[in-house]
Amino acid sequence: MQKHLVNLLAWVDERFPLTSNWKAHLSEYYAPKNFNFWYYFGSLAMLVLVLQIVTGIFLAMHYKPDAALAFASVEYIMRDVSWGWLIRYMHSTGASMFFIVVYLHMFRGMIYGSYRSPRELIWLFGVGIFLCLMGEAFFGYLLPWGQMSYWGAQVIINLFTTIPFIGPDVSEWLRGDYVVSDATLNRFFAFHVIALPLVLLGLVAAHIIALHEVGSNNPDGVEIKKNKDPVTHIPLDGIPFHPYYTVKDIVGVSVFLIVFSAIIFFAPEMGGYFLEANNFIPADPLKTPAHIAPVWYFTPYYSILRAVPPIFNSQFPGVAAMGLSVMVFALMPWLDRSPVKSIRYRSVTYKLWLSLFVVSFVILGYLGTVPSNVWGTFDAATSVVGGADRATIVARIFTVAYFAFFVFMPWYTKNEKTKLVPERVTG
Amino acid sequence: MNSLIMKRLLLVISLSLPLLLQASESVHLERAPINSSDQASLQRGAKTFVNYCLNCHSAAYMRYNRLSEIGLNDTQIKDSLLFAGEKIGETMKVAIQPTDAKVWFGVAPPDLSVVARARGVDWLYGYLRGFYRDSSRPSGWNNTVFPNVGMPHVLWQLQGQQVLKPGLHSDVAQPALRLEKPGLLSPKEYDATIADLVNYLAFMAEPGKQQHQKLGLIVLLFLSLLFVLAYYLKKEFWKDVH
Repeated sequence: MQKHLVNLLAWVDERFPLTSNWKAHLSEYYAPKNFNFWYYFGSLAMLVLVLQIVTGIFLAMHYKPDAALAFASVEYIMRDVSWGWLIRYMHSTGASMFFIVVYLHMFRGMIYGSYRSPRELIWLFGVGIFLCLMGEAFFGYLLPWGQMSYWGAQVIINLFTTIPFIGPDVSEWLRGDYVVSDATLNRFFAFHVIALPLVLLGLVAAHIIALHEVGSNNPDGVEIKKNKDPVTHIPLDGIPFHPYYTVKDIVGVSVFLIVFSAIIFFAPEMGGYFLEANNFIPADPLKTPAHIAPVWYFTPYYSILRAVPPIFNSQFPGVAAMGLSVMVFALMPWLDRSPVKSIRYRSVTYKLWLSLFVVSFVILGYLGTVPSNVWGTFDAATSVVGGADRATIVARIFTVAYFAFFVFMPWYTKNEKTKLVPERVTG
Repeated sequence: MNSLIMKRLLLVISLSLPLLLQASESVHLERAPINSSDQASLQRGAKTFVNYCLNCHSAAYMRYNRLSEIGLNDTQIKDSLLFAGEKIGETMKVAIQPTDAKVWFGVAPPDLSVVARARGVDWLYGYLRGFYRDSSRPSGWNNTVFPNVGMPHVLWQLQGQQVLKPGLHSDVAQPALRLEKPGLLSPKEYDATIADLVNYLAFMAEPGKQQHQKLGLIVLLFLSLLFVLAYYLKKEFWKDVH
């Protein structure tokens, strides 16, 4: 039996690079031995991607992309399709978990300088994945055809109307109608189930190929390829991805699945943050909900949109700022001029800037979920801010802080007082 | 130093979570006293629903035979809940035409299959106890929780007639109401009837929820075992790294 299998493998290897790929990407891909907690989220993002694709395929078997049938077909999946409720909750929870995992993955990249040379392209492909993911979430959110689906899509598409000159035509072209309608639902379905997943998979492949070309960064930001065994040419601080990180990632996967399952089985709505109450009311083009808020993972950017005041009666500056707040991540490899990569050896100044960014992101995220009058308004007699919503002023301050983190990065990182980086990885 | 910063960041994030999870509420609503595992309550609620609500409101995603999950067998469902020759595998539809209803009430009565998930049980509990006499409304009724609602007080014979206490605005919750003419039920009995009804509406919004949670426990138990196994497997493999 063994002999037959060996022969079969040889037969395949003569025709397809199976063994060499296995070695290049798993058994002889040397990863730094000092990966910590933050390094679980890459493989977890892959896991969620696969879960979303598989559950998505089964949902598409029963879902009807038709304005008259969509809402009912989701309830049909929830009630009449065998295990439909589980598939649907996995998909809806998966969307939010995808963003949690990806945000933590991006934060890992930021604290350990994983975007720095020679990993700029990995980072750029990653930003592409992030944009794609936002598109997937946006298009997918229309499909249940509830009130929030409908009005959320309406608000976002209307943002394009603010683009000078071509705006109104662009938004009409995106909708395929004058209002969000059956035509919009059908095209969003097409984007959600085929167009964007294809791009997403391509970008994920590019992300991993680029990573395996240059090798993984690590919490010390030390290049392990600089110290190789003179005989075997294997990095001294590297260990084969398989089996070491495959068994380690199984631990991460089990913890992730425990959290994931706890949400799916016990709190699929997550207090209205994963599934919004208003989305259990079928879409009604004639009835605008009192408070339209995007799902939590979009709220930091939505806050920035609301915070920027109109200029010359045009809302476009807010829209531009929102777009910029997402795209600005792509510039990080060139904005950061610090001589070291990892936060472990960076200055207190940098740590304060990064903390400011994190605090801004969280506060903007919270403010995006609530109406802008949540904290009341300033007294009309107050100078400068008189009569303005308190929350809006706070959002403006943290919008400035959010952008300041990026804008001033070249200066506060250039002459940073860094600590001595060790030759080899620690721990 | 490094791990300290991580811990601080995680602390900031975890401290801000409760902020994020705080829902804003405009009207003060009493907590609905319901118990989703009380089958007798669910059955009473189903009876009230079928007798009073299911004439104008449909529950078009709810099949009658799913009432087996609240402890009713097919014969019981057929004998006490099916009145118009419906089949037990059918969904809870109504004969009223939405266009007629819109003329009569100003708005077509919404489908109630998932209303408990859209409005929340506390809102429903407050709403169904919040009707009061208001001669300025076409139906003669208004509501403290849903001002200027189109629906008349269908359960008035049970509750009796409430009026707004003078000098109070209609957007203040329960205490502003006074029972002027008692109904067939005492206020306590009426509240219990509404609690049963809301309990049923919550069940109907997601039948099978109880089973999901039972299954969830098994899944979590399995995953915990997988975690222990994976943890020691990793430890074994990593012996030669450290």
